[in-house]
Amino acid sequence: MKLYIRYNINTTCKSLLQEQLDKLGLTCELTGLGELELKNGISADQHNQLSTVLKKYGIEVLDDRISSLVQKTKDTIIEMLYLEEKLPPSKVSFYLAQKLNYSFGYISNLFSEVTFISIENFIIMQKIERVKQLIIANELTFTQIASKLNYSSSAHLSWQFKKITGLTPSSFQRIIKKRRENNGSNAEKELM
Amino acid sequence: MHHDCLHVLLADDDKDDRLFFKYAIEELKIQTFVTTVNDGVELMDYLSKTENQLPDLIFLDLNMPRKGGIECLKEIRANKLFNNLSIAIYSTSGSEKDIEESFVLGANIYITKPNDFTSLKKILAEVININWQYHTSGLNKENFVLSI
Repeated sequence: MKLYIRYNINTTCKSLLQEQLDKLGLTCELTGLGELELKNGISADQHNQLSTVLKKYGIEVLDDRISSLVQKTKDTIIEMLYLEEKLPPSKVSFYLAQKLNYSFGYISNLFSEVTFISIENFIIMQKIERVKQLIIANELTFTQIASKLNYSSSAHLSWQFKKITGLTPSSFQRIIKKRRENNGSNAEKELM
Repeated sequence: MHHDCLHVLLADDDKDDRLFFKYAIEELKIQTFVTTVNDGVELMDYLSKTENQLPDLIFLDLNMPRKGGIECLKEIRANKLFNNLSIAIYSTSGSEKDIEESFVLGANIYITKPNDFTSLKKILAEVININWQYHTSGLNKENFVLSI
């Protein structure tokens, strides 16, 4: 036999949320569609638990805390690549965990969910950006750049550069040089 | 943090290519909004109208009637208003000379059009993703070059 039901999705969601929040001992008020006001704040642990339970029901916890942690992760990576005279010898995962005070697994999962790229790939991308700058600045030899950024050899760096940009470091250098000459002569034309 | 979606514009005179492009983009995780135009003249018209929202990324076919990709590239790069646009050249030619010329003229990405849909999807996914990283991480677009 068939049984016919009608349900109000809004009420369903609200009672489901209320139940789960009560279970975790969180007092809160549903302030509107897609928004909760927590009376006493939420710990990182509770936040994780809540996200996991709600995920089962297709409800996702969006949180500023998450975006801010992801932003902090990005900043830490960039800071590491730009400010440190030489990259720290320890693994980047240790470095990030230590600086951000979260396990690397946690940071890494959040990161790929929010940014659509893995931390590892993000770091490689940023490293190659740094290499581009150093190539353009033309102060260090290619071997020095490789060593500064912890590549085992300049060949390894060349290989990764080509893999990420599709170009060899030398053709990149040539293109940027020509591009600048090109812009320079255009600017001159405008002045005349 | 940017939660908005990425606005992509494709200029290509081939109707089938435009369709495949749209299908491939629709399947991506990053929210993307696609506008298409049929040639370079339409593209420059679109860009010059202030009521149109400027795209984040333009895909330019090299061979188009009326106005080709290289001509558009030059015009776009000569206009400071469009400094923030990333430009991807979308071409059947994979010659070193074409690739280098496009980059020198200010293209950011050079895509050699693949022959099958699976590769197209893979390539577009990568291009959109990398462009998204540039978009959301404040990377220096001047040094953004990718040949794929």
